[in-house]
Parts: sequence; structure tokens; C-alpha cells
Amino acid sequence: MYQYDVIDREFLVDRSNEFRGQVSRRLAGELTEDQFKPLRLMNGLYLQLHAYMLRIAVPYGSLNPTQVRRLAEIARDYDKGYGHFTTRQNIQFNWIKLKDAPDILDKLAEVNLHAIQTSGNCIRNTTSDPYAGATSEEVDDPRVWSEVIRQWSTLHPEFSFLPRKFKIAITASAKDRTAAKVHDIGLLMRQGRDGQLGFEVIVGGGQGRTPYVGPTIKQFLPTDRLLSYLEAILRVYNRYGRRDNIYKARIKILVAALGAEEFAKQVEEEWEKIDAERADLPAGELARIRDSFATTPFETLPARSEAFELAKAKDSAFARFVRNNVRAHKQPGYAIVEISLKATEQTPGDATAEQMEVVADLAERYGFDDVRVTHAQNLVLPHIKLDDLPTVFAALQANALATANIDLISDIIACPGLDYCALANARAIPIAQDIARQFADPDRAEEVGELKIKISGCINACGHHHVAHIGILGVDKKGEEFYQLSLGGSGAEDASIGKILGPALPADKVATAVDQLVAAYLDVRTDGERFLDTYRRVGLEPFKEAVYVQAD
Amino acid sequence: MSKLIELANGQARWAEDAFVNVTDEDAIPDAGDVILSLARFEAEGDALLSSNSRRVGVRIESDQDIEVLAYDLPRIAVVALAFPKYRDGRAYTSARLLRERFKYEGQIRAVGDVLQEQAGFMVRCGFDAFEPNDGATPDAWTKAASRFRHVYQRAADDRVVAFEERAS
Repeated sequence: MYQYDVIDREFLVDRSNEFRGQVSRRLAGELTEDQFKPLRLMNGLYLQLHAYMLRIAVPYGSLNPTQVRRLAEIARDYDKGYGHFTTRQNIQFNWIKLKDAPDILDKLAEVNLHAIQTSGNCIRNTTSDPYAGATSEEVDDPRVWSEVIRQWSTLHPEFSFLPRKFKIAITASAKDRTAAKVHDIGLLMRQGRDGQLGFEVIVGGGQGRTPYVGPTIKQFLPTDRLLSYLEAILRVYNRYGRRDNIYKARIKILVAALGAEEFAKQVEEEWEKIDAERADLPAGELARIRDSFATTPFETLPARSEAFELAKAKDSAFARFVRNNVRAHKQPGYAIVEISLKATEQTPGDATAEQMEVVADLAERYGFDDVRVTHAQNLVLPHIKLDDLPTVFAALQANALATANIDLISDIIACPGLDYCALANARAIPIAQDIARQFADPDRAEEVGELKIKISGCINACGHHHVAHIGILGVDKKGEEFYQLSLGGSGAEDASIGKILGPALPADKVATAVDQLVAAYLDVRTDGERFLDTYRRVGLEPFKEAVYVQAD
Repeated sequence: MSKLIELANGQARWAEDAFVNVTDEDAIPDAGDVILSLARFEAEGDALLSSNSRRVGVRIESDQDIEVLAYDLPRIAVVALAFPKYRDGRAYTSARLLRERFKYEGQIRAVGDVLQEQAGFMVRCGFDAFEPNDGATPDAWTKAASRFRHVYQRAADDRVVAFEERAS
């Protein structure tokens, strides 16, 4: 993992002191709420329905056990004993008092955490692959480039007042676990024929009111030119992105208005004028950053673990966990372990302080001090020895962290919705819980297979409903919560935007409708077809019929 | 009339503003330094500059491209970059381009919705004069501009960047 040096640490101290001053001016009445708002937002502090919400950055979804324990402490001391992991790999606390915020930021800074740029119209935390450094699929470690971008974008003097927020994702695997194609910029690492590494650059993807799968504006950007090219994109956006209408201010609107080709041309022209010598990262600094990620001291182990095989044969719950939550590791004898935060009655993405501490302990004892957050609101222990897996599983199981449902129908992404959020039209969490309950039988869930349900409580689409196999959008109909279903979206490498199924349904009909959709799918699927594949083959009609045509 | 803060060598202080901001409706005064809108400058700037009797500045709105001044920059004493709202960040790009791309050495002045919280960003982008809109004093400005001991990226100032500190 990247280790903060004295420069990184002093930077966080300076930031924390700055915010403490601003809060004391606010509490003393020297700043009005209007004047204070942009300042608190720059530090991730939102005013929600019931309290302040503090969103803490988890740079590219990577945490060490000390940091996880500190988050647990904050959950316990300043919140109601839990935290909420988000679709951007961050964590937010929903019950924060303003007067506590400076102390919390100090405590975070002590473990190299912060809330910088977790809100506001600036470059946000970079999304990256939670399997980075562990999967054999990747052509490079995307954390290296995420860290390069973290530093470059931190309090960027030119790009801190963009037309709107700006989100970058980086993946280096063919299988995309970052939703790169629906980010403002998606960087897909590629290896050229000569072995040289580069990025395919996608710009202008997004969700919200106007969902787009982003177009590619550059097929192959050599990695050493990354920062100058990002500067060119951001500069064109900063100058020409719309500022007259908040809903048309994201870069996707500019790219769509100009056309991808014209946008690419403008970026290219700007890029040529930039002094690469000054704008691109020096090789020495890149090597320093790369070194800090290259040091996981794996043991040389046989690919097969007897202890692991024995446990699998003996314990069907463990075998199920392995089938659904354990992924192949690049290093023989190791595995990637996903920890689902989607137990049946759980709020998707929530973890209690105690659960965080269990995960921290496991990472420390068995997992090279490495914890990841996924954009699907789960956690990952990326490097667990197969020999240790039964023990790790037992510990997870004892703490309600062993739900074997990764990418299954009950592994639902949901925004906080009307239970917390000031923007929401409808609740998202109870709908997720209804559906999870409906599919609580693990055999049935496994039979259904990969099925990604994502729920947003409003059109802003924080719950990624546009890119769900089954998307659910909460709408307000004359003061009542209704839910609009859409099918066929995907945020992965096969990205697409879902299509609306039909009229919105009342809350108590949603889980039933999902059941009907699943039944229709099981009816017509062919071998090996996921729900999404079947939908793409047969189209919307059979599903529409299943939900809306009542049997006589 | 807004007060002017000038920054030199990391110190901000109150400054006498020798320039008169001429709106499009005003007649240009017979003498004295003036700041004109871009349209006014394009129409009348040449004559004023040729007379050589006074300094001329130009006010650039946030939706105007700074490139149109490229040819005249050596003769322009002040470029005033407007912030219609503090959230409108286009002037940061204009300032950087003026300093880094066009090597402009005159004054770059922040006008409009200028708040002390922007100071650090503005200074790094090459602004050296400010008409604060929030009653900020030079003291607040000096502090705000030097609040962070380290910076992570190159900009229009001469600060040593984190990766340069590390390499030295």
C-alpha cells in the first residue's frame, strides 16, 4: 500500500486546521450558513434530513487495518455505531454533529484519512479495481495511477471550481469492477502490441437524469502522458462546460453537445499546447509511487490447499461461500475474499463498528493489512491464504459477514434514499430489504445466478439504477412512493443503460415484480445465460408481460 | 468602490487603486489609468495605448476567452478576471494561461465574487491583486494564501511541488 510520507501528513494537518478555523467562525456566527456551505462541502460535510453527514474519502477503495479501526471508533463515538460504504468506495457517517466535525477530521488525519474533495464541484476520489494487486487479469496495478491522480487532483488550483463534480475511474482488467464507462472519465489500461502500457480514455459517461455510456476519445494514451492529457480534458471542460443549469453541467452534456469527435479534437489541440515537461509526472516520482505498491510479501505456496479442500467438502456453508465470494488470486495458494454487506435485514453497505473491527483484525492477521471497498458497497480482503480461508470464514460467519451472495440477486446496491437524504423522493433501503427477504433462500439465489439489482431514491441515480440488470428508481406520485423498474443496464465492461419496463409500481408490489421478472427469466433462459444475457436476447416484452399482464 | 489588495512576495497589503473601472456606459475620463471591458478595449484600446499617456487594463468576463488578448498583452497593465459567482472557476484557467502560456507579467486582478477562501487557489494560478467581496483584510489574505505547507501540482506560481521536495 502507498505509505504517506511527512509531506502527505503535514498536508492533512494543514487541511484539518483550516477547517477547524472555519467551523469555529461558523459556530461563533461570523459565517452565515450560506457562506459556510461551500466550505463544509469541500470537507465532505453535508446537511441531510436529520443531521450532518460526513463523507470520508477512501482513496481508490483501499484501507489498512489501523484506518478501519479508526472508522469503527468514529462510528461508535460520533455516530450511532455504524458507517455506510458508498458506491464510490467511500464511507459516510449519517449522524454527525457540526461541533464534532473538526475533531473527527483530526482523528482521521492521524491515520492518513480525510474528507477532501468528497463533495463539491471538483475532482472526486478516483474509483479503482478492488482486486488491484491481487487479480491475474490486470495488465498493471491501477492503484499506482489512482495515487498519481490523487496527488495531482488534491486542491488543484485550477480545477476546484468546475461546472460540476468530476469522477474518474481506472481499471486495468478486462472485467470492469469500477463502472468506468459511466464515469466522467474512464481509464481502461491496455497493453499495446509492443508491450507498452497505455489508457483507453473514455469521457462523458454518467448517470443521473441523463445517463450515457461514455464514448472513447483516445484509443491509446501512453501512461507517462496521463497528467497532461487529464489537464487538457479538465481545461476544456472548465472553460466550456455549461454553468447555467446544474442538470446540464456535467461533462457528459458537453461531450454529447459537441460530439465525441469534436470534443476529442479540442482536447487534442489543448494537449499539444501544454508543456509536457511541466505537466507530466517525473519518472522518479512515478517509480517512488509504484514501489510502494509492489511489496506484498507473498509466500511460495502450492496451488492446492488440503485444509481448504477438506473444509469445502465438510461444510456446505463454506463451500457456498467459496462459490460466491471467493475469487482466483494471481499468487498460487491465495484467494481474493469478498465480504458481503448485504445480509438479509442489513442496510446495503452498512457495517457496524464491531464488524469493521473484525475485518481489520482479519486483514492484520491473515491479509497483509489490506482491506478494499467495492463500488457495489461490499468489502474485500484481497490476499488470503487458502489455508487460512476456513478460519477467516468462521470469523466472518460469527459476525454476520459471511453472506454468500456476491453478484447475486440479494447483493443489492442502494442509495440512502428518503431514510437519510434530503434529495430523495422515496426510500431505497426498505425496498432492498424486501427483495433480499424474498430471495433469502440461498439455493434459489444461486439458481438465479448473477443478477444485479440497484436502487436509487431519486433521479440523481446514486444507486446506479440505470446500469442495473434490474434497476429500481423511486419516484414521488402525489406524495406517495412509487418505483419505476428498468431492465438491461450494466455498469461493467459490457456497459449499457437500462430500459424502462412500464408504469411505476407501489412499494409493496416491487419485490413481487422482481419475483415475476425472475420467473420469466428462468422460463426462457438457455444454459449459462445470465439474466442480462437473456434480456438482451429476448428483449423487454416477455418481462413486461410477466409484470403487467394479470392472469384471469 | 471595492478596496484593492495586492500580493507581493507572499505578503498581501492594501493598495491604492490607480485604475478607474470604466463601464460600457461611462465616458472614458480625460486622463488616468483605466480598466475597460473587452468590447470597449477592442474598439478604443489601440488609440488609448498609442497616446502613451496612461496605463490601460482590460476586464475579461468568465465566458470570454483570454486568447483574444494575446497580441496586446505586452501593452496591457492589468487583466481583471471576473468571478460572477465564486463557484464560476473559469478565471482560474484564464489566469494560468496568461502566466504560463502567454508569459504575461502585468497584474492579474480578481474581481467580482472574490472570497478569502479562494485565495490559495487564486495565488497559485497567478493572480496578484484582489478586490475581495467578503470584507477580507490583507492579513486574512496572506494567511489563506500560505495555509498549506505543501502543494501537489505545478501551477503558475513558483512553489516547490511535493515530488520536487521528495526528490531533493
